[in-house]
Amino acid sequence: MSVTATLDGVPRGIPASEAGPASKRIVVAFGFWIFLLSDIVMFSALFAAYAVLMRATAGGPSGVELFNQTSVAIETVCLLASSYTCGLMSLAIARRQHLLTYLAAAATFALGAAFLAIELREFAGMIARDATPQRSGFLSAFFTLVGCHGLHVTAGLVWLIVMMAQVAVRGFHDVVQRRLRCFSLFWHFLDIVWVWLFTVVYLMGVRP
Amino acid sequence: MNPLGKLDWSAIPFDQPIIMAASAMMVLGIALVLAWIILKGYLPYLWREWLTSVDHKRIGVMYLVLAMLMLLRGFTDAIMMRAQQAVAAGGAQGYLPPEHFDQIFSAHGTIMIFFVAMPLVIGLMNFAVPLQLGIRDVAFPTLNSVSLWLTATGILLTNLSLVVGEFAKTGWVAYPPLSELQFSPGVGVDYYLWALQISGIGTLLTGINFVTTILKTRAPGMGYMRMPVFCWTALASNLLIVAAFPVLTATFAMLLLDRYLGFHFFTTDGGGNPMMYVNLFWVWGHPEVYILVLPAFGVFSEVVATFSGKPLFGYRSMVGASMAICVIAYLVWLHHFFTMGAGAGVNAFFGVMSMIIAVPTGVKIFNWMFTMYGGRVRFTAPILWSIGFMVTFVLGGLTGVLLAVPPADFQLHNSLFLVAHFHHVIIPGVVFGAFAGYHYWFPKAFGFRLDERWGKASFWCWFVGFHLAFMPLYVVGLLGMTRRMQHYDVVSWQPWLLLAAVGAVVILAGIACQAVQLVVSIRAREQLRDVTGDPWNGRTLEWSTASPPPAWNYAVLPQVGEIDAYWQAKQGPRGREARPAQAREYEAIDMPRNSPTGFITAFFAVITGFALIWHIWWMAGFGVLGAFVTLLFFAFRRQEEVEIPAVEIARFERAREREAAP
Repeated sequence: MSVTATLDGVPRGIPASEAGPASKRIVVAFGFWIFLLSDIVMFSALFAAYAVLMRATAGGPSGVELFNQTSVAIETVCLLASSYTCGLMSLAIARRQHLLTYLAAAATFALGAAFLAIELREFAGMIARDATPQRSGFLSAFFTLVGCHGLHVTAGLVWLIVMMAQVAVRGFHDVVQRRLRCFSLFWHFLDIVWVWLFTVVYLMGVRP
Repeated sequence: MNPLGKLDWSAIPFDQPIIMAASAMMVLGIALVLAWIILKGYLPYLWREWLTSVDHKRIGVMYLVLAMLMLLRGFTDAIMMRAQQAVAAGGAQGYLPPEHFDQIFSAHGTIMIFFVAMPLVIGLMNFAVPLQLGIRDVAFPTLNSVSLWLTATGILLTNLSLVVGEFAKTGWVAYPPLSELQFSPGVGVDYYLWALQISGIGTLLTGINFVTTILKTRAPGMGYMRMPVFCWTALASNLLIVAAFPVLTATFAMLLLDRYLGFHFFTTDGGGNPMMYVNLFWVWGHPEVYILVLPAFGVFSEVVATFSGKPLFGYRSMVGASMAICVIAYLVWLHHFFTMGAGAGVNAFFGVMSMIIAVPTGVKIFNWMFTMYGGRVRFTAPILWSIGFMVTFVLGGLTGVLLAVPPADFQLHNSLFLVAHFHHVIIPGVVFGAFAGYHYWFPKAFGFRLDERWGKASFWCWFVGFHLAFMPLYVVGLLGMTRRMQHYDVVSWQPWLLLAAVGAVVILAGIACQAVQLVVSIRAREQLRDVTGDPWNGRTLEWSTASPPPAWNYAVLPQVGEIDAYWQAKQGPRGREARPAQAREYEAIDMPRNSPTGFITAFFAVITGFALIWHIWWMAGFGVLGAFVTLLFFAFRRQEEVEIPAVEIARFERAREREAAP
């Protein structure tokens, strides 16, 4: 059985692997997938470090004492909802509707920013209780892992602003559309990482 | 508060005559080259055609130039170490003080792995892979330029450490707790970390670029099982880059957080775990070995098949072996530290896996031998490098299997036996492979062949010098000499180390031969000119286009029907006439436009890296901002491609056919 190509005007009947160079649209999205995979590998190294240092509290506070699950739940809702609005944005782009695109982007941005704000408040609260990353190996790993995800979200927000500027300047040009597609892949990817993070850090972390 | 952070005049080691002389020579050398370029008026040409080029062939050549220059630097370190150990026996202290010797062995390892071996293989992949795939460029040409210049940034920072400040004294692996702030308070480890972080990003982008290129943009008809073996090994290598380098980035980030912000990842107190660094480092480090050696295996496959005039024996098993190595590479990392004390079960698993990974490598060796068997082998310099590799690498691999036995490893760990072993696989594997590729593809890149006699002389010097330099290290390693010793008391080791020093001098002669070869070949380029584009009677597509290829590589993308596409085309009913006929119509081609993005990003990366190393926070902020604005400019540019008109392509093709006609 051979996979036959039907996309991008490739004649039917030729195996996809022999169809010649793929279109720019596919090449860009594929390359971005590979980048996301590499990012997952980087996160997995941070997850591994967290798993190793999870119990290394050095006499300091542990996850049970520090994590506030209500605020984490609200954070999670914000991020998951922002993924939904990001999906709406993709639909609006596919229909080339400017206004809807801006609206969905604004909602995505607001939810992402809310997520970040809650996360920063959580960090600030912990630091105020002297649970700083310098306190123990556990807290070093916690702040690095969660902070790295937070940095990714921040980068995503900056990227979103740049993309809206591009939509404003250049409209739904092919280049802009390809980049928006990469952005939405990135945003959903952050959701997936957060699901893992939520499970490993906030659920497993509060087990006695 | 010093606005320049930790930087002041004490950073420059005025009291160290050796370092000052080396720095002065380096600065003088760079100044002379720059002056020559500017006075001759080459600067606009250099900027337009090279520094801002996004052409994969030129980027490949620039990688190789960087690698060759850094080979000189890394080799200088090597010969200094050999000289030191040759004299510092008994009560003697040699000529290098311990803190300088420590920097030299750290810089040697770092430079040779990251800034010689990596640019060598990435340079060759850049040059050859798109040509072999029958396409016009990599998937993301501007990103490719960014990769190159970020690698150059790492190189610049590493060399800067010679003049301003110091380099790490921790060995090239920078294990904590030694590399923590408590025990290495200087900037040496910071130079190491930031240079490798920045160049590591470049390498990761290369990996993403090439995986996409190979999987998504092959010429029409080139199914996976029609790809040249070099492309397969490049694919395996780049998959490993994508899956391994992020681990290194994360690991170094953790060490940086420990050093800069007082975190407790790898410290001995506060719940940190130094062995976690060692594990994570080798989760990257062992795949890295295969990142380096797999493309070299690809080069050997091309060279052996071409110069034996036969198709590669066991193409499918070669592909299978490469991909098997690609996977098993992740299951052996613990053999770098059996002495950690992980217990018999864990050590046994990693020992067995380390022996298993020798099997696909053995398959490859047999395939190359069977390819040569019954062939008409032409003994050119590239095939000499290949045969030299096979003979040497088998022995080096065997000592590796020996080290994979945990009880044996407990005795040999950290000894010069280990040092001899990994040089015994990396030098023939990676360096010989890269030199074979350099000689093999040089006529394709520049339109004339390299001089054979000097090439063969270079091979024999390297081959003999290598054995003289490293066989004695096995002996002293077995006698109990540990690595990285600035001096030693056991006088009976000295004869062996003197012999090793002689070997290093013979290798130096080999390097000198290569320099002479380049000069001689450039001067005799008219006699060595390759007008056919196919100087070796090659098999793969790169030989079907002109030497050097035009910017667009192929006027018409080749249609591939079989493996060894060009060989098959030459054997076809119309022989060489199977190529596009003279009267053919050409279409205009869109090529990616040159872009200074890579160069300017790297400029800001140098500023950022330097500022972070010296804790000059305002400057680091400026550098990051500069790089961000550069990328913004790139994102908003309008014109991404330039069109090459059909008449220009037709003119080039006609001129080429006239020249190639007998």
